[in-house]
Amino acid sequence: MTTRLAAMIACALPTAVLAGPAAASTFPADPLDSPMWEFHAQRLFGKAHIVFDQAVRVQIPVIAENQRVFPVTVDARNLPAVERIVIFADLNPIPVAIDYTTLSSAPFIATRIKLDQRTPVRAAVLTSDGVWHLAGQWIDAAGGGCSAPPVSRVKGDWADHLGEARAAAWNQDGGQTRLRMTFRHPMDTGLVENIAAYNIERLTIRDRGGIVLGQISVNGSVAEDPAFTVMVRNDGHPIAFEATDSAGLQFAGTATAGALRMASANP
Amino acid sequence: MIRAQPFAEAYLPRAELVADGIWLVRGADEPISFANGGAIANVAIIATDDGPVLFDAGVSLAHGQALAALALKVTGRPVARVIISHLHPDHALGAAAFAPQIVHSLPATRADLERDAEGFSDAMYRLLSGWMKGTALVLPQGDLGDGLVTIGGRALRLLALKGHSQGDLALLDVATGTLVAGDLVFHNRAPATPHANIAQWQAALDHLETIPHRLLMPGHGPFDRAREAIGQTRDWLAWLDASLRQSVASGLDMTEAGEVPIPPRFATLAFARYELQRSVSHFFPAIEAELLPKTAP
Repeated sequence: MTTRLAAMIACALPTAVLAGPAAASTFPADPLDSPMWEFHAQRLFGKAHIVFDQAVRVQIPVIAENQRVFPVTVDARNLPAVERIVIFADLNPIPVAIDYTTLSSAPFIATRIKLDQRTPVRAAVLTSDGVWHLAGQWIDAAGGGCSAPPVSRVKGDWADHLGEARAAAWNQDGGQTRLRMTFRHPMDTGLVENIAAYNIERLTIRDRGGIVLGQISVNGSVAEDPAFTVMVRNDGHPIAFEATDSAGLQFAGTATAGALRMASANP
Repeated sequence: MIRAQPFAEAYLPRAELVADGIWLVRGADEPISFANGGAIANVAIIATDDGPVLFDAGVSLAHGQALAALALKVTGRPVARVIISHLHPDHALGAAAFAPQIVHSLPATRADLERDAEGFSDAMYRLLSGWMKGTALVLPQGDLGDGLVTIGGRALRLLALKGHSQGDLALLDVATGTLVAGDLVFHNRAPATPHANIAQWQAALDHLETIPHRLLMPGHGPFDRAREAIGQTRDWLAWLDASLRQSVASGLDMTEAGEVPIPPRFATLAFARYELQRSVSHFFPAIEAELLPKTAP
């Protein structure tokens, strides 16, 4: 809710008002020169120390071919003691897409977000010393990623597949397991006429004993039919996950690392 | 040497005679951008006794008008017929410059345009702004189908195919053996796949290979006198399909699938990385839905 409220405020106020005379000096200059930088810095990081850091790798395509489904991968494995990864797009009406509390998992996440216009896409990575490490880049995009109805709403079959989960896991070097999860969900932003906000809000990953390995807070600016890739500790046992949406529905699944059976592949 | 037109705030298309009575108007081998005015598709001017046939109409009103003027200049007659090969805006929206009754296409292409042309127009105005001035939507009126037609004494074999989109028209000029392939064939330029069905596209390429021809005009890229463009397009599509499936099967996400190494044999294909990343966007979620197993608690 706070995200959405902030977005509404952001939309309602001219940039000059947001920047304000007092706030100007407290944040490092934005290498992307975003008109929303200080607004987001104030809101997301407060008085915390901020550095723009090449150690954070934000991987995006060269073109936003589909502004409803724009892939973003954040790899912060070059930083020690990472606690959180936040992905945000400055000029989206719902700027923050995900906020990943990494716990024992590797600081790596891939997902897909919506883009409502040309915007910086960034990752902010919090390390245990309280410093936020930022990286990102501008991407051009056609309008409507957040404000056009989802494909499954237009098609009309969203409810038939709601919550269908797919998952697979692959063992990686370094004792990590790469876990991929996809869900069928409209991920309604609330910015489309007559369609209330309705989105997956939380994704929790656990080991066999129920210990939480990582938790992702998810907003409506994550793409329809969301997909997530994380890297969790490999203990050789099935990994469980559950997503909870804003209506309180839960979608759960498990995955065990191993070769993906290609039997279902069409010739 | 055929060269693409430079940016000059006006379309300045140039025609190169490539066979008896057939001129190629080269598009820039680039993505659509303001700098190139969207003039990226190849266009054919085919002379007939009734006036020239224009194979594809460019991206905008001004582009279509410039192509019409060029066709008049090289053939001495005004355009008699415009054939729209498929729905994509760099080929279709220039129909705005012509009387609707002379603009023909496959029925599938008209259906595609009825669905998508308005969205294309919005997207082109966003990217090309002033270049698009006055470009209104003109839907093809005449229906074309597979078979031999004679226009102004010139025999043209029409080939109704699909795969690059759901309606792809190619034509063979019988007298010169020139196959005008539209976007079913790319040459030294990576194929674009926004409405593609790769299996259908491969089948269409197999069919084109059975059509006796000496010369081939691809939808994008240089004129093909060496009979290499069909094979090159097929090779890319096969690699693309296998690569995307392998990426899903090995646990990659979309950005990673767009950064896999591209084999050195595709080094001559312009914009290979760019088109790979577009293709990831077009195909990846469906392949995931096919290959990733469903799960339950």
